[in-house]
Amino acid sequence: MTVNTRRVGAIVRKELREYRRNGSLVIGAMAVLPLLFVVPPLIDVFALPASSASELRHGEPLLYMLGIPAIVPAAIAAYSIVGERQQGTLEPVLATPIRREEFLLAKALAAIIPSLAVAYAVYALVLACIGLFADPAVASALVRGPEILAQLVFTPLLAAWSIWIGTAISARSSDVRVAQQLGMLANLPSVAITTLIAYDVIHATFGLVLGLAVALLALNGFGWRLTSALFDSERLIAGAR
Amino acid sequence: MNINENAPTLNGLLGRSGGGAEVEAGPVTPAIEVSHLSKDFGARSAVSDVSFSIARGEVFGLLGPNGAGKSTIVRILGTLIAPTSGSATVAGIPLTGENGVEIRRRISIMPESPGLYLRLSVIENLECFADLYEVPDPGDRIDRVLRAVNLADRAKDACGVLSKGLRQRVALARALLSQPDVLFLDEPTAGLDPVAIRDVHELIGALGRGGVTIFLTTHRLDEAERLCTRVAILNRSLRTVGRPEDLREQLFAKTLVARTRIPLATPDTVFAGLPAVSSWRQDHPATYVLAVSESAIAAPAVTRALVAAGADVLSVSESPHSLEDVYLELINHDQEASVR
Repeated sequence: MTVNTRRVGAIVRKELREYRRNGSLVIGAMAVLPLLFVVPPLIDVFALPASSASELRHGEPLLYMLGIPAIVPAAIAAYSIVGERQQGTLEPVLATPIRREEFLLAKALAAIIPSLAVAYAVYALVLACIGLFADPAVASALVRGPEILAQLVFTPLLAAWSIWIGTAISARSSDVRVAQQLGMLANLPSVAITTLIAYDVIHATFGLVLGLAVALLALNGFGWRLTSALFDSERLIAGAR
Repeated sequence: MNINENAPTLNGLLGRSGGGAEVEAGPVTPAIEVSHLSKDFGARSAVSDVSFSIARGEVFGLLGPNGAGKSTIVRILGTLIAPTSGSATVAGIPLTGENGVEIRRRISIMPESPGLYLRLSVIENLECFADLYEVPDPGDRIDRVLRAVNLADRAKDACGVLSKGLRQRVALARALLSQPDVLFLDEPTAGLDPVAIRDVHELIGALGRGGVTIFLTTHRLDEAERLCTRVAILNRSLRTVGRPEDLREQLFAKTLVARTRIPLATPDTVFAGLPAVSSWRQDHPATYVLAVSESAIAAPAVTRALVAAGADVLSVSESPHSLEDVYLELINHDQEASVR
């Protein structure tokens, strides 16, 4: 299948314009949700004394922030199809020459762009706070090269998985809020795993990290197929079961 | 919107096959051909065994009550939902899953609900759809369709602030972006005020005269009668299809209505043996309804007979049956049959 970049671009641009003007989505998904994952690292920054640095080295507390790419994209993607359906725009779009795969790819791209921007921006902000306000010993315990690399690599992988789950749920839901809640709920296992690693309940080894990365890549391939299979335009337009 | 003012811009809005109606032309490929089309949603039959053909350049009206299957047929022909059985060609292309993109390139659908992105401006909505249809030189094309629907001055307004009538115009502009060969209009005047309805009618008329095949679904029988070359009446299955005047003739016997100032003393004597008059009945004290085989022969004979009988003739006229009469006759017949 060839992907028509003009058609994909049309949907991506339209989505980004809508995000900018959709206050509840911007405030809810892109501003409030990330705060939940910023507070614990910032407590470490401001509250922990230098003596706790050695304890911090046993875990990877900043990986807790991978919850942002695991949750935020699902909230955005969950809106993507059921939102169009509710405002009656899905039928006119699907009546154009766009293919189902192009439509879903465009939706995913449009969701991943703000998600990555928010995830990386918040991470950069926390790193800046650590650099400026944390005790130097705490800072060096928190900010480590492999951890930064893991953050950079796993952010898009988790975001993509989160988007496929959110989009798949959106394709089968009839209510935006239910879709968003289910989307976030379905991504809680990802948050649980990253949190357990962050607090050293699951010890991060090179093998584990590599395995998780490969598993996420495979899951993303599966997610794309799952979402395509669940996207039933007839059901979405005619409301058929 | 004054279509006359916009006449020059309409020339550029015609479909790829535009350039004059081909309804009366020879054996050309039909724009739409539907054969034994059915659609079931689970156990419920939405459309059953529908067949019809629409010539290129024809304005075809599909009439029917709520739930008759009009929108379902539009969605099937627009490749949005698959038929349960039957076959069709749209814009000369067989209706199959593989041909969906190619068919959608050549058609345009204006759904009953405008379906606009309300947070985006008029021009942003049209830009999105121009790209989806891969319209060449989209800026110029958007400018033309906006002028055609008289919305150029509202181009930068968010669609959310527009009235229902203006949103309908935006949806019409969007449907015209791709210069479709076949334009599906699903209840295009629903909820519009009389002036907006007149404007939409003028635009549809101009497009039809320009050679665009138009498939119109509507509840408004006057609209169908005014705009459509042929109409079909659907009530899950197709009840009839033809030109409005032919349908009237098929369903109703021709009648003349004669009105006199005072009742005739011996109407039997007056109307007996007149050429082309088969029977008569008294409708009101001085009104007589005559079943005739040929109005042009019967009317002068009836007038002469009335004058010869010394009657003061107020009028002798054909009793017109509207498309509404045809529609109600068929739909009421269906309802009575379902009660039985």
